[in-house]
Amino acid sequence: MSEGFISRAFRGRRQQSDVAGRLPPGQYLERGFPVLSAGPTPHTPLERWDFSIIGNVKEPKRWTWQELLALPHETPTVDISCVTKWTKFDTHWEGVSVETLLQQVDYDPNDARYVIAFSDGGYTTNLPLADVLGGKAWVAFSYEGQPLAPEHGGPARLLVPHLYFWKSAKWVRGLRLVEQDEPGFWESLGYNNYGDPWKEQRYQGD
Amino acid sequence: MERTALSGRLTWQLGEVVATHQETPRTRSLTLAVPKWAGHLAGQHVDIRLTAEGGYQAERSYSIASPPEDGQQIMLTIEQLDDGEVSPYLTEELRVGDKLELRGPIGGYFVWEERLGEPLLLIAGGSGIVPLMAMIRHRRAVGSSIPTRLLVSSRTYEDIIYRDELERLVGTGMALEVIHTLTRTQPPGWVGYSRRIDAELLRAIAWPVEQHPLAYICGPTPFVETAATDLLPLGYEPTRIKTERFGPTGGS
Repeated sequence: MSEGFISRAFRGRRQQSDVAGRLPPGQYLERGFPVLSAGPTPHTPLERWDFSIIGNVKEPKRWTWQELLALPHETPTVDISCVTKWTKFDTHWEGVSVETLLQQVDYDPNDARYVIAFSDGGYTTNLPLADVLGGKAWVAFSYEGQPLAPEHGGPARLLVPHLYFWKSAKWVRGLRLVEQDEPGFWESLGYNNYGDPWKEQRYQGD
Repeated sequence: MERTALSGRLTWQLGEVVATHQETPRTRSLTLAVPKWAGHLAGQHVDIRLTAEGGYQAERSYSIASPPEDGQQIMLTIEQLDDGEVSPYLTEELRVGDKLELRGPIGGYFVWEERLGEPLLLIAGGSGIVPLMAMIRHRRAVGSSIPTRLLVSSRTYEDIIYRDELERLVGTGMALEVIHTLTRTQPPGWVGYSRRIDAELLRAIAWPVEQHPLAYICGPTPFVETAATDLLPLGYEPTRIKTERFGPTGGS
């Protein structure tokens, strides 16, 4: 309805074309690392921390902190985009790819078309299984060479950089494989079910 | 955990600025007439989109300061960021009669409705007071007597957003208490707190946990981290502490 609208006297701060081409629509370049979460930051001691894959699997699988760290690490450098409009370029992470974890679990992909990530504090988010395979998702425990800080999701968070960052569940404790998709925390509150920044899928119906 | 689903698609619409009010040296309120506004809950926000000649666009989110009872008018209160791209336009350039593109309401978690009951603890850092003010105004509009305490942390006396309105509301005796702390300078004769929030301050002002209070905290990230973390040892349940944070952490 507001097609063609121009904000009177707004000039804006156009980015250089190399930056503009890397910014998803409606996003701006952020140099800091803003924090967003719906409640207090949970603090789970590492000796009590574990990561599980449950749901439609033959045998649920559980890794302790030490067992997770013993798996092969990857060090992705990725751009991340938050639905609150900021995008950060070239963030450096270290973690275990979700594919590596899923390889240790016996499941039928037909019964596990979606994964529900669950976290300390009760947070959940849903993703298609295909979006966490193929080197597109990690359980990350280090950021810019340092252990991941609690306010950024430490000790470990999901990292799914090709989707808006609420899909990269902080304080993640596991994945539940399900046949039918079910909306997670923000997905039940009007946010988009999939969240592709390049299609600007911020909210329901986008 | 309270959930309020949004339905339908959030389309961009135009609001017209019908009033502006300088709240503090750095913050300004805009009242927008939005003919197709579908209503909101206290605590929700909107996305604003500015478009320059040539098509360049910038989007940002701002909390709604007005209660749902204001119908097709919504108020935003915007803090000007020194290096901001959008906020200076909203605080300095925009004037009555101008149009602004927006969509919303957005966010269904950091919201308060009277049916949630219980004593309310509202904790605001700077312009984090904006969505909490929507709750206070809504509470007044529906005549709620739910005991409510608002802790406001501001830099100076002049930086207290909605200062006069809060004073008036407290004067009406509707079980609303407002506690101020000023972190940088205090006027002569100041009787409020004079420091950044800490565990001791929160212990002094928080409702006893036996009353099953519900807490909403909004402000810059370190402020919210401190407030939420310090409520936990008092026995507050994590799911009864709702937070909304803004601003960078300084590159960490």
